[in-house]
Amino acid sequence: MSDTISLPGGNARFGSNSGQPMTRRDGVLKVTGAATFAADNHPDGMLYAVTANATISRGRVTSLNVEAAKAHPGVVEVITPANRPPLAITPEAKPYPFAFNIEVLQDDTVRYAGQEIAMVVAETLEAATEGARLLAPTYEAETARVGFDDVDSFDPDAVGVGAPPVAEKGDIDAGLAKAVNRISASYETPAQYHNAMEPHAMVAQWDGDRVTLDTPNQALVMSTGAFGAWFGIPPENVTIRSPFLGGGFGSKAIVFGGQVLTVLAAKMLGRPVKYALRRDQMYGPVGHRGATRQAFRMGMDAEGKLTALEHLTTSTTSTFEDFIEPASNASHDLYASPALSSRHKAARLDIGTPGPMRAPGEASGSAALESAIDEAALAAGLDPLEFRLRNYAETAPMSDKPYSAKALRECYAQGAEKFGWSKRPMQPRQMKDDAGRLVGWGMGTALFPAPMFQAKAKATLRADGSALVETAGADMGQGAWTALHQIAADGLGLDIAQVEFHSGHSGLPDGGIAGGSGHTATAGSALHAAGKDAIAKLTELAVNDEASPLFGAGNIGVTARDGRLHRADDPSRSESYGEILARAGVSELGGEGQGARDPSSAEEYAMFSHGAVFAEVKVDPELCQIRVSRLVGAFAAGRIINPRLAASQLYGGMIWGIGFALLEEAVHDRRSGRIMNANLAEYHVPVNADVPPMDVILVDEDDRYVNALGIKGVGEIGITGTVGAIANAIWHATGVRVRKFPIGIEALLAETSAH
Amino acid sequence: MNLFEYIRPTSVAEAIAAAGEPGSAYLGAGTNLLDLMKGGVTSPNRLIDLTHLPDLGKIEQLPDGSMRIGALVKNAALAHDTAFSKAYPAVAEALLSGASAQLRNAATVGGNLMQRTRCAYFADPASACNKREPGSGCDAIGGENRHHAILGWSESCIATHPSDFCVALTALDATIEIEGAGGRREVPITDFYLLPGDTPHEETVLEAGEIIVAIKLPANAAGFAGHQRYLKVRERTSYAFALVSAAAALEIENGTITEARLALGGVAMKPWRSAAAEAALAGLSPTREAFEKAAEAAFADARPSGENAYKIELGKRVVARALAMAAAGTPERMPALPASPFASDTGAIAHV
Ligand SMILES: Cc1cc2nc3c(=O)[nH]c(=O)nc-3n(C[C@H](O)[C@H](O)[C@H](O)COP(=O)(O)OP(=O)(O)OC[C@H]3O[C@@H](n4cnc5c(N)ncnc54)[C@H](O)[C@@H]3O)c2cc1C
Ligand code: SF4
Repeated sequence: MSDTISLPGGNARFGSNSGQPMTRRDGVLKVTGAATFAADNHPDGMLYAVTANATISRGRVTSLNVEAAKAHPGVVEVITPANRPPLAITPEAKPYPFAFNIEVLQDDTVRYAGQEIAMVVAETLEAATEGARLLAPTYEAETARVGFDDVDSFDPDAVGVGAPPVAEKGDIDAGLAKAVNRISASYETPAQYHNAMEPHAMVAQWDGDRVTLDTPNQALVMSTGAFGAWFGIPPENVTIRSPFLGGGFGSKAIVFGGQVLTVLAAKMLGRPVKYALRRDQMYGPVGHRGATRQAFRMGMDAEGKLTALEHLTTSTTSTFEDFIEPASNASHDLYASPALSSRHKAARLDIGTPGPMRAPGEASGSAALESAIDEAALAAGLDPLEFRLRNYAETAPMSDKPYSAKALRECYAQGAEKFGWSKRPMQPRQMKDDAGRLVGWGMGTALFPAPMFQAKAKATLRADGSALVETAGADMGQGAWTALHQIAADGLGLDIAQVEFHSGHSGLPDGGIAGGSGHTATAGSALHAAGKDAIAKLTELAVNDEASPLFGAGNIGVTARDGRLHRADDPSRSESYGEILARAGVSELGGEGQGARDPSSAEEYAMFSHGAVFAEVKVDPELCQIRVSRLVGAFAAGRIINPRLAASQLYGGMIWGIGFALLEEAVHDRRSGRIMNANLAEYHVPVNADVPPMDVILVDEDDRYVNALGIKGVGEIGITGTVGAIANAIWHATGVRVRKFPIGIEALLAETSAH
Repeated sequence: MNLFEYIRPTSVAEAIAAAGEPGSAYLGAGTNLLDLMKGGVTSPNRLIDLTHLPDLGKIEQLPDGSMRIGALVKNAALAHDTAFSKAYPAVAEALLSGASAQLRNAATVGGNLMQRTRCAYFADPASACNKREPGSGCDAIGGENRHHAILGWSESCIATHPSDFCVALTALDATIEIEGAGGRREVPITDFYLLPGDTPHEETVLEAGEIIVAIKLPANAAGFAGHQRYLKVRERTSYAFALVSAAAALEIENGTITEARLALGGVAMKPWRSAAAEAALAGLSPTREAFEKAAEAAFADARPSGENAYKIELGKRVVARALAMAAAGTPERMPALPASPFASDTGAIAHV
């Protein structure tokens, strides 16, 4: 069964399940190749789909050589706007959550390079590929607009996923006027692509009016509604199987056109159809991190306290849909300032619609904010850590709400201690290694919201005292198979080996969205609650049964531990789950649970994970090649369910920060608008040699308000803080402030020619 | 991918005969060719797989002291051959700085010599490219060309040759052994590659159907073994092509450079040997001034082909550094990060 994994040995348990650094349950399957990813499915009679993608950025398709494609041996069908069967909704309808205006061959317009313009279905992948090539599209092209300066900006109605574009408090100009020191600086971040290892894929098979989809998905149950909407069938007629995702990073949460077309092709042809994107096809239809320009003005009083902080972002989006990178929101909740302004503008370009990409808004916003804070600290004549402490926010600056918990001071202290920050000279170009390389130290604060969504789960106690727990969770590699299982076992008071965990299948209770770093908190709360519910029912049976040693303990209470219920006042009086069930003649006892935030806490508190990242870089003084040589990150993110997996997430985020700071950038040809480095050879992400020894410190934090379990999230926060820390370290090494990411040789070379 | 015929010849003669048909291509490990075929950049209608040919996989010391490397020797195998890397350490260093471990394990040295440019417009069939489609134009000009050529380019093509291996071979006067319908011939690597001129689609002196059977390094090149280095500068620490690279080899006697060799990578459509820089160094002591003078000489004719003027300044610094590294002596062991500016120990930080 694809929605369960048997437990490998070696997960020794000491005490409770949560808090243990258990290894991944899916690890062995993955390293042995036994894990089945979507594209590994080959149902009988399956056909292969390949799309032709536009090579212009704006205009119209004027011809497609459908005959040539159809004549190619093995080609079964060519789907174009001319013959595409009807769909139940139009792309503009957007009747389901997170619906984007997508391409489903609705007409012949081209809105960005890489847009699907036809789908060829064939008996083999090779035939479909060649068929797509033989379509040899011709176009009527208009001038592509792919740079900020190609268009005027506008004021968006909302940023990110429905957030207000403007938030202001106090008077910025007055704050600046009374400041003793001021800075103003602008930064630029480029378009970046998710580049998950596993390309997007879909295997669709119909059975009457029911369809089964093997596709990597970050929100299984929600997506059944989306696909149901496109095909006019109820959500329960759609089954999505997504036991594993080879990375998602936000790009597998949103339905895109190629998926809908695959399902349509399977329906049209009455056979299962598989569609897997080529790497280059992932640069366009499946979202990206939009480019930003971010301008800051800050003023500081004589003590180095902020008197004003203004953050204005211009983000790129497509011509037909809004996803505005909410970068200025990074300034809402971090540094105290009596005057605070965060605003957004947007620019419509002939590009695919951006979307959420690991730490959307926060990553780009933090990169710029933390760089600007470094500049402000220098202007104030203060050490960057001291400057941050002087501007430490005791309540959330924009909303004035208290934090549910905020151990950022401890993060600063523990990170700085580990890194040796106190030895940092204030001025740049003060340190060299013994090979003569420039050495610099920089830091950044990490911040990420701790949201919760909605999730449900079921727990079933079995006659033998073991249990089954179920939720449609999504494991993108972050470790949900393991961490959620740990929480579920604790809810039941069982050893994890006694608990069977089902996930990754839309037929299970809705596990919510694996996104926003909220999956463990949300699905975990549901699982824990389901376990508690089952235990409560079991307790009812025991305390009302005269034959039980727990009889009459209803008011005193019992605790569930190691598969037994114990009297709270006398733990020596206990009985096993199996015994209680057997006597009651109950073979299975079910419990249900929900995960969601308590609305009153949500209203009352600002909820965030925090961290402090310290970076050391080395720069060759003449050749200007840069390498990060040390990274220390200290993070406070509530209760840590599995320190091994949490540290891995944080390492991964920090490594992503290296890529953001130094490497990642989609390069558009300014004339055609095509992305010229749409492959992993030329779109650079860090390789092992770029990754230095790293330390992650998990700082204790007890958050009583985020949820009953005190869980926040660690999936995205690692990028924040890190990018700025690296940029600041480069300045500290070289004395050169580069305000355009990624920071590379060319920028430093220009400033160091005069030696 | 188009339908194509796959042929697996059992002798060089058979391979050459098979390649007589137009539209044929030799297949080494395919790490470059198959990518280009999948991208629709080239679509040969028959592939002649060389990897099963006998006798092309040997590394031999010839009686005259030169070394002969069969065209099918894997990049990694050559770099890790002890006798070879002792005699030609900069070649080994260049090899190990290229691609990734997986690619080096697969790729053949013949294929490395013949790999195509990484110009993004060449790789994109929707772009105009004189190299891919003679006469269609060059979209790299006026486009994204920060990585393009600064030496030897023409108005028809501004691409660069991507190989690291060939740069070191060029510095050390390697020759290429070629076999064709008309028999065997040897061509110095310095004459093997053609600059683009008006015919950028013609890249080497190989005639249709000719095959590279071996690469030879002369015995006298081993005279530089004590002072030779390869230096490769790029944004990503590994697994990236060079922005600029240099292979430098020196013969130093009594504190004087008696002979110098210098070849550059990432700057032109061929590995660029700089006779001017070599001449500038002869008879000087190995000092920073001498190296900077050589660097100036190496780039005297350089001019940007687009937004890549920075590569000229970078190139000069790479040359001066590579020469200084060569003068300091070939390291005892291959650095953990071959050819990298971060190759040497990253030791303790000294506050200065
Ligand atoms: C992601 C990536 C990164 C890379 N990075 C680097 C790098 O940093 N530095 C570097 O130097 N290289 C790099 N390479 C290139 C790599 O070195 C080449 O792909 C490889 O050497 C080609 O060898 P092959 O045997 O696979 O050749 P193939 O791909 O099989 O062939 C390449 C070409 O050579 C021809 N050919 C092959 N053998 C012969 C022969 N004996 N006679 C005549 N013609 C022949 C083929 O017809 C074809 O045109 C990289 C490649 C990739 C994919
Ligand atoms: S530079 Fe050369 S390879 Fe690149 S597009 Fe121009 S002609 Fe083609």
